[in-house]
Amino acid sequence: MTAAAASRGTVLGYARSDGRVGIRDVVAVVYLVECARLVAEAVAAGRDEVHVIGFGGCYPSSYAQQMLERLCTHPNVGAVALVSLGCEGFDREHLAEVVAASGRPVTTLVIQQTGGTRATVAAGRAWIDGVRARPAATRTVPLGLADLVVGTICGGSDGTSGITANPVVGRVFDRLVAAGGTAVFEETGELIGCEQHMASRAVTPELGAEIVARVEKAATYYAAMGHGSFAPGNAEGGLTTLEEKSLGAYTKSGAGPIHGLVTPGQLIPGPGLYLLDVVPEGAPRWGFPNINDNAEIAELIACGSHVVLFTTGRGSVVGSAISPVVKICANPETYRRMSEDMDVDAGRILEGRDGIDDVAGEVLDLLHEVAGGRPTASEDLGHREFVLTYKSSEAAGPSCLPMA
Amino acid sequence: MTEKLAATLILLADGDDVLVAARDLDAGTHRTSAGGTAIVRESVRLGHKVAARDIAKGERVMRAGMSIGSATSAVLVGEWVHTHNLASDYIATFAHRGGER
Repeated sequence: MTAAAASRGTVLGYARSDGRVGIRDVVAVVYLVECARLVAEAVAAGRDEVHVIGFGGCYPSSYAQQMLERLCTHPNVGAVALVSLGCEGFDREHLAEVVAASGRPVTTLVIQQTGGTRATVAAGRAWIDGVRARPAATRTVPLGLADLVVGTICGGSDGTSGITANPVVGRVFDRLVAAGGTAVFEETGELIGCEQHMASRAVTPELGAEIVARVEKAATYYAAMGHGSFAPGNAEGGLTTLEEKSLGAYTKSGAGPIHGLVTPGQLIPGPGLYLLDVVPEGAPRWGFPNINDNAEIAELIACGSHVVLFTTGRGSVVGSAISPVVKICANPETYRRMSEDMDVDAGRILEGRDGIDDVAGEVLDLLHEVAGGRPTASEDLGHREFVLTYKSSEAAGPSCLPMA
Repeated sequence: MTEKLAATLILLADGDDVLVAARDLDAGTHRTSAGGTAIVRESVRLGHKVAARDIAKGERVMRAGMSIGSATSAVLVGEWVHTHNLASDYIATFAHRGGER
């Protein structure tokens, strides 16, 4: 443990009625069809901590319904404004009921009933003014690593990712879980080739068998899509094959036991290390499991992640709505070129300026500060990306959750 | 791997078939993280790989103790290892212009 970690002060979070603690107090403005998105964006425009999320499709989707229910009742969310055009298929009444049952203020603005664009924007902004005027939103609950759910994703990976930033996250996860916290990594399609090793880390043989089967499912699914989760920039950065990218990504999971497996929209049931299986069951439908990094980040957050550790070699700039994203740069040249977008310079490991444990200690200290309210680089720059597409998802069964 | 890395070619696990460039390298002799030196036959960029030994066509290639695919042609020690001589055993890689520089 670094000196700074040993001397960490107490940080406070937001109490929520389900017992979880928030590290942000976001008002979510949620469009329920693309036709309502511009109105939602105008409602949120210019306000701190008011984030736009939503679903563009007009036809019902049980996956999108579940995802938005989880996101709107996420501990980082304090209040929710739903924006509906009025004729779309989304079940806005049920979403509003779920949010209300969680004790959060919620309003539903139906554009066709409210009088069009200008009137709905005005009503939405007035509602947010009212929510923000309430005294309730203050940090009152002391929180530590044991209270945090931390997700991880890699994006824009290159040949350095698996040597620097990803092993750093692995070390952070080992220490987070040892401290009683919760860690979640993904995704089965980016772990092709690592399935037997992962299975050997599962806390039960049944869970190990599930992990192998789900990676095989991912390989079949991606083969049907025509190619794996591998972008041209990965190869330009030195990664040659999907399994090479996988083994680099796999190091984010650390060295400890794997306690369970969840699917998108399923809450992680308790502390430990969890794998998020983002690939739907059955024959491929709806296209790629996740069309980009932000679709995966949204799923990590829906599982309960308070914060997401994003490792990048090529240099991603994205953040996310709802939960802060901590950018850990694997490549020292990328860091020098894009340092303003990065929170942590893990590429210095390659240049012999620090070891993996030193950088892992820095990330743990930063997690503590971010939990207490310090903005990350992507938050500071205004990155609030959000993507939600058509997909199916089935909750993982008891063999996947031996600790539950 | 807690030690600090200062070498220019990284051997991630004993028995690996490839070394990873820790910075852009010209052809020549370079220090390895295993404490020795290795010959690089052509310039390679940061994050790319060179063969740590002669590799026959069809052989599995190990990095960090795990297979990253099979050689599609014979590779001499010190040669650049990439999409022109290594392929996935799972799903073909999609890249512009073969993922060259």
